[in-house]
Amino acid sequence: MQQIINFIIRNKTFLLFLLLFSLALLFTIQSHSYHRSKFINSANFLTGGIYNSINSISGYFNLKSQNTILVEENNRLKSLLHNSNIQVDSSFTDSTTFSSLYRFTPANIIKNSYNLNNNILLLNKGKNDKIEEDFGVISSKGIIGIINKTSLNYATVISVLNTTSQISAKLKKTNHFGTLTWNSASPEIMQLIDIPKIAEANLSVGDTIVTSGRSSIFPKGILVGIIQDFELDDAENYFTLNVKLFNDMTNVEHVYIIENIDKPEITNLLNE
Amino acid sequence: MNSVISIHVVRFIVLVFAQVLIFNHINFLGYVNPYPYILFILLFPVKNNRMLFILFSFILGLTIDLFLDSGGIHAAASVLAAYARPIFLKSSFGTIYEYQTIKFNTVEFGSKLTYIAFLTAIHHIVLFSLEIFSVSKIILILQKTLFSCIFTILLCVLLTIIFSRNKT
Repeated sequence: MQQIINFIIRNKTFLLFLLLFSLALLFTIQSHSYHRSKFINSANFLTGGIYNSINSISGYFNLKSQNTILVEENNRLKSLLHNSNIQVDSSFTDSTTFSSLYRFTPANIIKNSYNLNNNILLLNKGKNDKIEEDFGVISSKGIIGIINKTSLNYATVISVLNTTSQISAKLKKTNHFGTLTWNSASPEIMQLIDIPKIAEANLSVGDTIVTSGRSSIFPKGILVGIIQDFELDDAENYFTLNVKLFNDMTNVEHVYIIENIDKPEITNLLNE
Repeated sequence: MNSVISIHVVRFIVLVFAQVLIFNHINFLGYVNPYPYILFILLFPVKNNRMLFILFSFILGLTIDLFLDSGGIHAAASVLAAYARPIFLKSSFGTIYEYQTIKFNTVEFGSKLTYIAFLTAIHHIVLFSLEIFSVSKIILILQKTLFSCIFTILLCVLLTIIFSRNKT
């Protein structure tokens, strides 16, 4: 017994090093597996508060480019509204009489990141705004990511530029769907894998990729990007597509959080 | 004694803020960022309680991780750098280290540079291997390590020169 104590006292520095190093490794491994970064995330009072106050200053620097993006979106929506043949009956615009499928919440990205392998963003909305895990996040030009952790006022988002992120997407003109992944090479290009070989006739460079709506996170038809090139994988059964994103992930600020109102019902049904 | 502690507390806070708010947004060539927060580990007094030093380095790394949502990669790299520091002190400064009388402002520039370079290299290798976490991308790991290393060493040398002039 005394020898054990002596051993611990003699090697206390090394043992402390080993303890702390393995603790850090544990956090690292947790962060590399989807949805398991439990303790170390920036959605807390301290880091969120600091990022928020800094963002209130640095937000001014790209005000002009962000305004342009918002005006473009307004322009698109206005032209959709006034060119559509659907008559909007003003007596039905009251949201309490109509049940809508999706609830949108506007938010700001206060910490952006795109040059790591596993990029995580921070939003300035949290549980106080009824934001929960697994809500989708989009911008005016396409998908951004999925909410990972929430605190009272902040939420972290697993960006689409994250090697653990997997989002179901499909070709716009047919219903061939695959999984959207990222190989961490460039923040502009993502990979759509598992497109069946039979879809070859429908593939052409420049085609639009949209979300498939197969998961209850994103609605169907949210823009993703266009096909840059495609090739068969090693087994020659599936196509791998390089998709150029519509979003410039290095310059996003205003985003929308999507809540699927029916999600509890859908998950309930699937778990039965 | 109190002023020594307060200098290190202030240095800790300033370096964390500078790293998180400035140096992480440089993105030179799209992905190269310097990590000059390791100045805290580099300039920690040689005469120290080694356990306390390792613990502080861990807290420093974990604080950076908290801000950057990076799991524990900075904590692991910092702890290893802190644990391995005596080896690099001995190999760069040689006999002066034996008598424990190093003042970082007064040592020769050449040996200071080797010391900073070695410690930065080991820190960055661990950092990027854990960040990328895949053996098949070893070229990418080495490439990122090399570029960031050059950037960090340059910044560390510059910062130490600037701030040592101010004190005298």
